[in-house]
Amino acid sequence: MDLDIDAESAAFRDEVRDWLAANVPSLPSMDTAEGFAAHREWEATLAAQRLSVVTWPRAYHGREASLLQWVLFEQEYYAAGAPGRVSQNGIFMLAPTLFAHGTQEQRDRILPPMATGEQVWAQAWSEPEAGSDIAALRSRAVRTDGGWLLSGQKTWSSRAAFADRAFGLFRTDPSQQRHRGLTYFMIDLRADGVTIRPIPQLDGEPGFAEIFLDEVFVPDADVIGEPGQGWRVAMTTANNERGLSLRSPGRFLAAAHRLVDLWRERGGPASVGERVADAWIGARAYQLYTFGTVSRIEDGGELGPESSVNKLFWSQLDVALHETALDLLGPDGETDESWVDGYLFSLAGPIYGGTDQIQRNTIAERLLGLPREARR
Amino acid sequence: MKFAVSPEQRQFSESLHDLLNGADTADVVRSWAEGRHEPGLKLWRGLADLGVPALLVSEADGGLEASCVDIVVAFEALGYHAVPGPIVETAVVAPTVVSGERAGRLAGGEILATVLTPLALDADVAYLCLALRDGQVYEVQDPKLKPVSSIDPARRLFRVDGHQVEIPGDGAKAFDLGVLAVAAQLLGAGQWLLDAATAYATQRQQYGKPIGQYQAIKHLLADVVTHLELARPLVHGAAVAAQDDSASLSRDVSAAKVKAGDAAYLAARTALQVHGAIGYTAEHDLGLRLAKVRALLGAWGTATFHRERVLESLVGAR
Repeated sequence: MDLDIDAESAAFRDEVRDWLAANVPSLPSMDTAEGFAAHREWEATLAAQRLSVVTWPRAYHGREASLLQWVLFEQEYYAAGAPGRVSQNGIFMLAPTLFAHGTQEQRDRILPPMATGEQVWAQAWSEPEAGSDIAALRSRAVRTDGGWLLSGQKTWSSRAAFADRAFGLFRTDPSQQRHRGLTYFMIDLRADGVTIRPIPQLDGEPGFAEIFLDEVFVPDADVIGEPGQGWRVAMTTANNERGLSLRSPGRFLAAAHRLVDLWRERGGPASVGERVADAWIGARAYQLYTFGTVSRIEDGGELGPESSVNKLFWSQLDVALHETALDLLGPDGETDESWVDGYLFSLAGPIYGGTDQIQRNTIAERLLGLPREARR
Repeated sequence: MKFAVSPEQRQFSESLHDLLNGADTADVVRSWAEGRHEPGLKLWRGLADLGVPALLVSEADGGLEASCVDIVVAFEALGYHAVPGPIVETAVVAPTVVSGERAGRLAGGEILATVLTPLALDADVAYLCLALRDGQVYEVQDPKLKPVSSIDPARRLFRVDGHQVEIPGDGAKAFDLGVLAVAAQLLGAGQWLLDAATAYATQRQQYGKPIGQYQAIKHLLADVVTHLELARPLVHGAAVAAQDDSASLSRDVSAAKVKAGDAAYLAARTALQVHGAIGYTAEHDLGLRLAKVRALLGAWGTATFHRERVLESLVGAR
């Protein structure tokens, strides 16, 4: 057992650190039209350095970095205070699905413009009647010449207010129930029949939107996997979102270090100091846990239901860390924009990507083997 | 980087579990609590045959000169089975500061050691009584013992009086390794509590269903899983730091003790709640771990002490 960084990875980390130190911009919120455009531009800048999707093949603007190198990249990225990733739905959720279930043609066509920010993707999972119970979705797709006609409503779709395309599940076989008869589609959000209604979030900006679809044509080429196999295809994405890629340890370590800086500047009651220590301990625990996951995957292991442990842990860590910062700031806690933004964002963590309660069910049933509750 | 237990370490762990599963450790613990030491001493000799007290003893003194990761692997297993006695003191602290003939006898399981923390565990059966202060190591000569009762009856504590003579050795490192071993012990105890509660929730029926089918129970146990799974890498990471003689050793063992303590205590409270009244009885083995976990939270530095060490190290570091 060791925690040694090999020379090649260390050189990569240093290159990333130096480049970021010279190039990290300060951008307006990605959930405004102006900020979205600036973040899209930043993705192109990253891609030009082969730093937008480091683990991908070189043909898709990557550099075939190892998983460990990706974790190191993320550490450097957040330590440098670099902008949030407007492309994250695409690169962390859709791309792993395409690598696992897409065709060569789909990968060649979809991944390069995703890597450069030329095409930004929104996710389209939830529906008004299908939140935690995603298999209850009602949006449907009907066969037509050369493709499908999609109709229905998606909601809480991150980035959809400004994104170019979206991915999600639609019911293609109305005779089937629940997880069966679903198909995974990629949708052009500029197509005829699509209406977007942006929804302002707690911070006032439209970070997500409703998507209304009225007989929107999607060609067969934009179906991932076999029609009717959508649930199975989507589960790859779910484990990726929860398990490794969406919220890497780098971001929590960076936030914990900012919290330590705040403590050093302001001091405070010993009880808050203990919470500062706990925040760092939690971030360090998550970093080491991730190194363990990386070792397991590189040894041929899989990202299984353990991904729920991951997500439950970081979602709670993030809230506790930001609560500690606001408590430490005292009366300034309501006016400090950066910590307030971080705090509001942390509150969404226990909800998106499967609520904490859903993760606990998964852990209890799939890791501990406790009996499933009777469900419909 | 390979941040995973090696196949050899896995095998070592399995052989420890095999020995301890076959040893009726619950009975050994209860005997120890009553002052009947023989079954416990016999068990310790068995563990010595597998190399546990020899791990940190140098090869020159007849030890294995093994890695601190092996220590952590061993103490997770010892904690899982609630092995009684001054095991941290004998297998981790003393070998760090003692060499020569006495180290060889420690390695062979022939003698036990205790350490003032400030009370001394099992000082009545310890051949060697040590004190760690300001990074120095002292040996207590002709210790006079006064028993003090613990929340964990199997932790037989003593107030020790006696002349202290300084001996060579890195007292700070010995303390940190003691903390590391206790953190691993807590992790093991927590895992046993989780396993016991999971088994009980699967078997126990109420309202016509196994109670483990109810989300009220599932969510309690899922939180225990999460705490234990995230504490383990901190314990393993601190073992790597110890192995590498890292400058961050104190910070890392403190982080490990805080998180392992939190996780084990959550496991203990949850396991008792899941078991209900049966868990509150003296006959049930759950109480052996519940008491040990509670006692170990205060021993070798409280969570507050260790959080302060972490914070000091972080504030000084940047």
